[in-house]
Amino acid sequence: MDDDAVFKALADPTRRHLLDRLHERDGRTLSELESELEMSRFGVMKHLRVLEAAGLVVALRSGREKLHYLNPVPIRLIHDRWIDKYTEGHVSALARLKTTLEDTA
Amino acid sequence: MTTMTATTTQVYQLFIRATPEQIWEAITTPEFTAQYFYGARIEVTGERYLSLGPDDSVWGDDPVLEFEPPRRLVHGWRSLYSPELAAEKASRVTWEIEPQDGGYCMLRVVHDQLEGAPMTAEAVSGGWMMVLSGLKTLLETGKPLAD
Repeated sequence: MDDDAVFKALADPTRRHLLDRLHERDGRTLSELESELEMSRFGVMKHLRVLEAAGLVVALRSGREKLHYLNPVPIRLIHDRWIDKYTEGHVSALARLKTTLEDTA
Repeated sequence: MTTMTATTTQVYQLFIRATPEQIWEAITTPEFTAQYFYGARIEVTGERYLSLGPDDSVWGDDPVLEFEPPRRLVHGWRSLYSPELAAEKASRVTWEIEPQDGGYCMLRVVHDQLEGAPMTAEAVSGGWMMVLSGLKTLLETGKPLAD
């Protein structure tokens, strides 16, 4: 719905780091995420809020805990919209070059 | 997204420009699902979730646990399309539809209770994204996602 929010959220190294942590193991609490980052609880919360607003992280309640999950769909949609379109031609050209070079080797 | 680590709960959330009723119809009627769910014709009633592949083989046949049109659907999941995956324990899929401002709805799919189904967890993680981006495209453009 809002590509700008996703690009903005991804533009920060700490937020990309948080996404990588969740990609490694999903469904973590704020305290777990905080313990892996050299940052205040408030700082981590702020970054998580930006990620949530962009839809990249979804927080679900589980009893008294709030678990954070990576939502890969916005990245997929950006991939479909932006990456595919610009890389398709180049990738197939490189694949052809590789085949040609390997055949003549 | 094939490198996605399989976990016991998977969450997928997206916004779709459609009404809750349109989304509900698209996920519970075979004419719609055939256009974005790997060709599967899926029929959902208050009791049963039945998914048939294009060759009429049974891809899924599980109980419906919650049925609240057009907002919430919970059903069991077994990957009957693959003997290897079908041997694993059943898991659960929850669909939630929440209307938003501006003619959009939020659709959230949670596939959980995957503790006894690690291969299924791995297999479906890329699949859900294809299915959901196809569903969004179908509802917003009236056309299936080109591949």
